[in-house]
Amino acid sequence: MELYKDILELYIHIPFCVKKCDYCDFLSGTYDADIRKAYTEALCREIKWNGIRLGDKLVTSIYIGGGTPSWLEVEYMANIMDAVHKYFHVDSQAEVTIEVNPGTVSSEHFNVYRSVGINRISIGLQSANDDELKLLGRIHTYDRFLHTYEFARVAGFDDVSVDIMTGLPGQTPAKLLHTIHQVVRLQPEHISAYSLIIEKGTPFYDRYKFDAVKQHAGMETEALPNEDQEYELYKTTQMELASHGYEQYEISNYAKKGHVCQHNIGYWKRVPYLGMGIGAASLMNETRFSNERDIHDYIEHAKELVMENFRQESPMRVDVQELSRQSAMEEYMFLGLRMNAGVSRSEFRQAFGLEIDGVYGTVIQKLRNEGLLEAAEGRIYLNDRGMDLANYAMAQFLQ
Amino acid sequence: MAIDQSKVRNFCIIAHIDHGKSTLADRLIEKTGLLTEREMQAQVLDNMELERERGITIKSQAVRLIYHANDGQEYIFNLIDTPGHVDFNYEVSRSLAACDGAILVVDAAQGIEAQTLANVYLALDHDLEVLPVINKVDLPSADPQRVIAEIEDVIGLEAEDAPQISAKTGLNVEQVLEQIIEKLPAPSGDPKAPLQALIFDSLYDPYRGVIVFCRVKEGTLKAGDSVRMMATGATFDVVEVGYFGAGQFIACDELQAGMVGYMTASIKNVKDTRVGDTITLVKNPCAEALPGYKKVNPMVYCGLYPADGAKYPDLRDALEKLQLNDAALQFEPETSIALGFGFRCGFLGLLHLDVIQERLEREYNLDLVTTAPSVVYRVHKTDGSMIELTNPSNLPDPSEIDYMEEPVVDAEIMVTSEYIGAIMDLCQERRGVYVSMEYMEETRALIKYVLPLNEIIYDFFDALKSRSRGYASFDYEFKGYMQSELVKLDILINRETVDALSFIVFKDTAYERGRKMCEKLKDEIPRHLFEIPIQAAVGSKIIARETVKAMRKDVLAKCYGGDISRKKKLLEKQKEGKKRMRQVGNVEIPQEAFMSVLKLDED
Repeated sequence: MELYKDILELYIHIPFCVKKCDYCDFLSGTYDADIRKAYTEALCREIKWNGIRLGDKLVTSIYIGGGTPSWLEVEYMANIMDAVHKYFHVDSQAEVTIEVNPGTVSSEHFNVYRSVGINRISIGLQSANDDELKLLGRIHTYDRFLHTYEFARVAGFDDVSVDIMTGLPGQTPAKLLHTIHQVVRLQPEHISAYSLIIEKGTPFYDRYKFDAVKQHAGMETEALPNEDQEYELYKTTQMELASHGYEQYEISNYAKKGHVCQHNIGYWKRVPYLGMGIGAASLMNETRFSNERDIHDYIEHAKELVMENFRQESPMRVDVQELSRQSAMEEYMFLGLRMNAGVSRSEFRQAFGLEIDGVYGTVIQKLRNEGLLEAAEGRIYLNDRGMDLANYAMAQFLQ
Repeated sequence: MAIDQSKVRNFCIIAHIDHGKSTLADRLIEKTGLLTEREMQAQVLDNMELERERGITIKSQAVRLIYHANDGQEYIFNLIDTPGHVDFNYEVSRSLAACDGAILVVDAAQGIEAQTLANVYLALDHDLEVLPVINKVDLPSADPQRVIAEIEDVIGLEAEDAPQISAKTGLNVEQVLEQIIEKLPAPSGDPKAPLQALIFDSLYDPYRGVIVFCRVKEGTLKAGDSVRMMATGATFDVVEVGYFGAGQFIACDELQAGMVGYMTASIKNVKDTRVGDTITLVKNPCAEALPGYKKVNPMVYCGLYPADGAKYPDLRDALEKLQLNDAALQFEPETSIALGFGFRCGFLGLLHLDVIQERLEREYNLDLVTTAPSVVYRVHKTDGSMIELTNPSNLPDPSEIDYMEEPVVDAEIMVTSEYIGAIMDLCQERRGVYVSMEYMEETRALIKYVLPLNEIIYDFFDALKSRSRGYASFDYEFKGYMQSELVKLDILINRETVDALSFIVFKDTAYERGRKMCEKLKDEIPRHLFEIPIQAAVGSKIIARETVKAMRKDVLAKCYGGDISRKKKLLEKQKEGKKRMRQVGNVEIPQEAFMSVLKLDED
């Protein structure tokens, strides 16, 4: 895609956790100290290997996710960021985010983060109700979160995001409102509000699988909110955050003016990104690929990286999938429509050399007739109802 | 080489389901040395995969065994395995007609059951000698003495020295072999008389054409003979005759009076060789056909549609192939507004339907949508004409109908006394007319009812089992037609009638059925962008209604770099799921919904 050919986003995966949360299906786990050390070394090698090959690209954002990146020894994190700055060309304005979990950080961490160029903090709170935190298998209380938040502010971070969760078992609108009020009181710049999804292979799945199966069959359950309750919770979130000055810019994301997450916007606009660390996904040259998921294999393969051999293929790369123009366009639509701003006709033309109406005119018209999609000022976007039924709307763009 | 008739025994094994018929057959095959234990795959005679899995026999099978008896002589046993299920009753009765005797297997713990009785009566009707055998004596709950008394009291058969065996372990199976010689008669018949051979089954072989299974009653059948099928009138030149090995056909010179075997004659279609028909010679015909031939008519009809409309020709081919082996299967093309092109198929009963459907899915890899099964109703019109209705959608306008009739069956249910009340309640609910009840012994009774067939084709058997905790057994026989108050129940989805969901129902149960259908469909139809009313109607009158609420939220919570491929797959799956749905008006109905109406009484 011509549109973003000179820029690049970086994602860095830190798979370590104090304890895995009960709903989590991310690639993470508890590993002991020597693995953390070996992993950091492997990651730095991978950063170097990639950096010297992609030095001509301008890195516009970096996101350090996990796992719990804040649980990694802070000096290791400094090593990682040093490697990034040494081998990549990072824009001075680049947004650099690290995910932080309450209960894993001291004020010292934040000072180091600032010193290595991290300028945005994303804190996983999930709920301000301790009973819900316990239910989720989180290691912290609301009180611990408050301390963490304060540490970040004291260290000078002026771009902080807080994650909350909706659709928890037994969650009432009142409980959700309590969480929202506790959060907006702190005035973070950004709030992500996710619906809980019960994923296979998690303790939550085992705990609620019968409910999940029932719900899949369209039946009511006691524990998990049904479609109507979930809808209420979603609307509550939207309205309450809007009334406190948070503008929704994507299905699950809200921000004060000027504080949208650039990195994530990049995913939805299909800016090329390179993921490093185990399991990390990438989109480069209209090809999606991932790193292998086994940490021991990864550490071994990192040793095989030959810096000088520019013809070497990454030994840790798996699931390589070249995208046809058709697939790329489909992605562009279903990702772009996640954003309230939707997709721009002119950007679509720039990206694919085709008119959006020539490709998707029928679908666009259908969704407009169904009252889900609107068009104005050179953009098409989902309206409120379209956002609620985004799956349905997006699926229409797939072949 | 002429075979000495006195050294031949033709017999079958009859039993209630699960009493061990096929297992005993296996032991007999093994003990006579036809196959070594190692060559045996359990239950040799059930050679369809489906038969083995379900433990049922669908097609008749036959095998010739050579037995070296204790008297030093060598005997030929022709063992004919028969289907045990009431759906295949006609085939059973033809198989019995090929035999001179029957081994009656009774479970030492369960005793006589409904099908035991039905089968014994059928055997006695055919003048067969019946040799009782008590099976499963190794079970802790076995009570052979009680069962012997039961056989003597209820059936009136001498059973004091009945072999007490375990077909599973092989215990006392030798006694069965010896008693076959002692107690079952040798065949009779004159090898020089005009040929008279009964067709008791047939199967289609792509290379040899139809293989006709027959029992020669009189005369001799050999390769080169010109033969005529007396009922169909078709004539053929015999290519080969032979007898049955274990799962194979062994050619021989001739089949003489008293023998059981097969013949081939380059026959293209099993329809020309109807079960029950008599084979005779063209040049020297016998005076009259053997008794008992009748054309079997399907009792149950349903629509079969390919889930993927493009597979319609494949479904037709598959049905044609199955029909080659199964003359009772009938089908003709039909069109449904909801389901597109498919076939209205006729079956002997629900098990037959089930078996065909499963074979289509397994052997021909077809994904099917089945409409609710229906019996054949007789519609007497005001103009004096009568139509046989197999598809509810074709019911004439009520103003043209004088009256309607529905098929009824004679049902026999055997049950232990504590469940008599529950079973009688069930029969009452199903519009049964009580006929009689007699106690077989203190704790068990045989209840007779006349029941409408359409009340038993759905789930009667399951209801019977659940209400008697598995202790009731059931058998039925077609009785005739009875006038009845019947109406057509239509289902409207988003105000459009869905033809594939219409069915005929007894007037007084229409409301209840309609309500259940609506409830069921409400769970099956996914939410759409708009609200969908689901209504049940008789004529223009709406008798039940449910609503599928409009979709409100279905978003994917988050979607970042690592999620994109997975989320795309999810969306594709959602889209794919839609493709598998049936569009009626602007509503998409999952295929399962059409089948869910079969399971209305689950709760």
